[in-house]
Amino acid sequence: MTETFWDRHGLYGLMAQFETPEQVVSAAQRAYDAGYRKMDAYSPMPVEGLAEAIGFKRNWVSLVVLIGGLTGCVGGFGLLWWICVIAYPHNVGGRPFDSWPAFIPITFECTVLLAALSSVVGMLAMNKLPMPYHPVFNVTEFAQRASIDRFFLCIEANDPKFDRDKTKAFLLELNPEEVSEVDK
Amino acid sequence: MKTELDEQAIDPGPDKIIAPGFTYTTVTEKIAGVVLKPIQTTPKQWWISLFLAFCAMQGLMAGAFWLLYKGTGVWGIMIPVGWGFAIVNFVWWIGIGHAGTLISAILLLLKQDWRTSINRFAEAMTLFAVAQAGMFPLLHMGRPWLGYWMGPYPNSMGLWPQPRSPLVWDVFAVSTYLTVSLIFWFIGLVPDLATMRDKAKHNWQKVTFGMFALGWRGSARHWARYQMAYLLLGGLATPLVVSVHTVVSFDFAVSMIPGWHTTIFPPYFVAGAIYSGFAMVLTLAIPTRKWFHLEDLITMRHLDACAKLMLGVGLIVAYGYMMEAFMSWYSGNIYEMFMYKNRSTGPYAFFFWMLILCNILIPQSLWSAKVRQNIPRLFFVSIVVNIGMWLERFIIVITSLHRDFLPSSWGMYYPTMWDWAVLTGTIGFFLVLMVLFVRVLPSISIFEVREVLHHLAPHMLDDGKTSPSPAHGD
Repeated sequence: MTETFWDRHGLYGLMAQFETPEQVVSAAQRAYDAGYRKMDAYSPMPVEGLAEAIGFKRNWVSLVVLIGGLTGCVGGFGLLWWICVIAYPHNVGGRPFDSWPAFIPITFECTVLLAALSSVVGMLAMNKLPMPYHPVFNVTEFAQRASIDRFFLCIEANDPKFDRDKTKAFLLELNPEEVSEVDK
Repeated sequence: MKTELDEQAIDPGPDKIIAPGFTYTTVTEKIAGVVLKPIQTTPKQWWISLFLAFCAMQGLMAGAFWLLYKGTGVWGIMIPVGWGFAIVNFVWWIGIGHAGTLISAILLLLKQDWRTSINRFAEAMTLFAVAQAGMFPLLHMGRPWLGYWMGPYPNSMGLWPQPRSPLVWDVFAVSTYLTVSLIFWFIGLVPDLATMRDKAKHNWQKVTFGMFALGWRGSARHWARYQMAYLLLGGLATPLVVSVHTVVSFDFAVSMIPGWHTTIFPPYFVAGAIYSGFAMVLTLAIPTRKWFHLEDLITMRHLDACAKLMLGVGLIVAYGYMMEAFMSWYSGNIYEMFMYKNRSTGPYAFFFWMLILCNILIPQSLWSAKVRQNIPRLFFVSIVVNIGMWLERFIIVITSLHRDFLPSSWGMYYPTMWDWAVLTGTIGFFLVLMVLFVRVLPSISIFEVREVLHHLAPHMLDDGKTSPSPAHGD
């Protein structure tokens, strides 16, 4: 595979800065319509419609949580059944060893525990966090304001349609406050 | 030098969840400013509270040391009352924790936007209260270093815990609750830690906040997964919080003791937990908002809503008390009937009537807006309910145990100074953690307040390309 111009020059992408959530949503929409795919939008709080605008389709978190919860449920119940029936059968007042109604509370707790842990671990893993270094922080305005009061749209250099000048011109059309180059 | 933060904030009154005029920039400044302002400008009351709480915490140090050195005999527990202060305090602390989860999870699912200013704070309260609660069963064992025996793990003794026992359910319920509360709180903090990282002035602050912010950069894809995870956590925490106090009440209800063996315990315990939790939220929020001038973010609307919820849940608790009385009569069982007579006229009757006063009579004043919207009165009622809920657990545990079926095995329970030392110590420890929390971490969720600002400004929904945006910091 040949090295592209931008690989050598270490450009991660071009970043436009916006003042309001509505601006960044419409900018992201227009960038998507213009054919850009490798891009990301950044905001200091969740903005409705922004992820969809940059082409984020399937949220797998709920599936991960379902799998975690089912694992906890089956695992928890299985553990109790194994303890009471196989490992340490204990006759309490002549009741059956597999007295399943008494296992429900712990089974429920195990379900919640594993579902909750998998939601957090799954979310962080899919977001590839923790991430100690990311190029977007090389933009001074981003590092100072992205988590406070500004909204950013970054079109990445590895997008097939990316062209330093044309993409920059495109971003400038979107009425940003500023367009910056993001070093790798 | 006087900064903007030192100036008095103005409470916008009981209609608004946030004072007018805030922008994304100023709201960040305000909340992060509490954490980032120089140490010299920390309010005097904060230092005094920290000092007093730290002194009180020494009761736990001394009490735990003496207990471990001498054994559980230093406490007042003696047959027939084998469950003394340790269980009373355990249930009380766990209950206090419940309001935090209620505010952050249930109100999240119900889309109550007023929760935003107090949820972070209440979650921290939950976490710290559950930590105190956990201390009591551990200490009550007398040999806390063997606490892991309660867990199911393969061991050389060939023994396993008895999973049909509510006491083992409790181990799972409380440890799950602590874990879920911790991750819920931490995940809620991550975007704000990123804000703190970006706003911090000193390098050590940037590094510390930066490590815990996990490299959060506010990507839209990240937010989408984050919101889904947070919503699901809320959905999981809601049944969890109900299950935890239900399981705690099973510790009592599954036994045969008159006064414990009743089916009303689970709902009545959950209601009592939420009741005491809201009282504690008010007890803590009222001074905090004053010290750090947060009246424009934690407004009268929040205090009023907490007070109304407290009143509502308090009525459920009152219904529980009435049902207990009714059922003891209706059962026709002499032990049950005696239990209620002994409660209301026996040696601990004073505490029973104090309980009725604190939990039922005084809180009825919350029907009046003059009490709900008067800070000193509301603070007073919140303290009264905290005491009342402690008395409730005392009455349930002690009066039921001290006179059961056989008069020959009756006895009295008197707490010793070490019981009091440990109780005082955990209150001190809890307050030390809370006081440190409000100073070193953003005690109001900044990003959620930004969301509220966004939703409150319908004119911002216009395409803001041309018009000057109210989100602009000025």
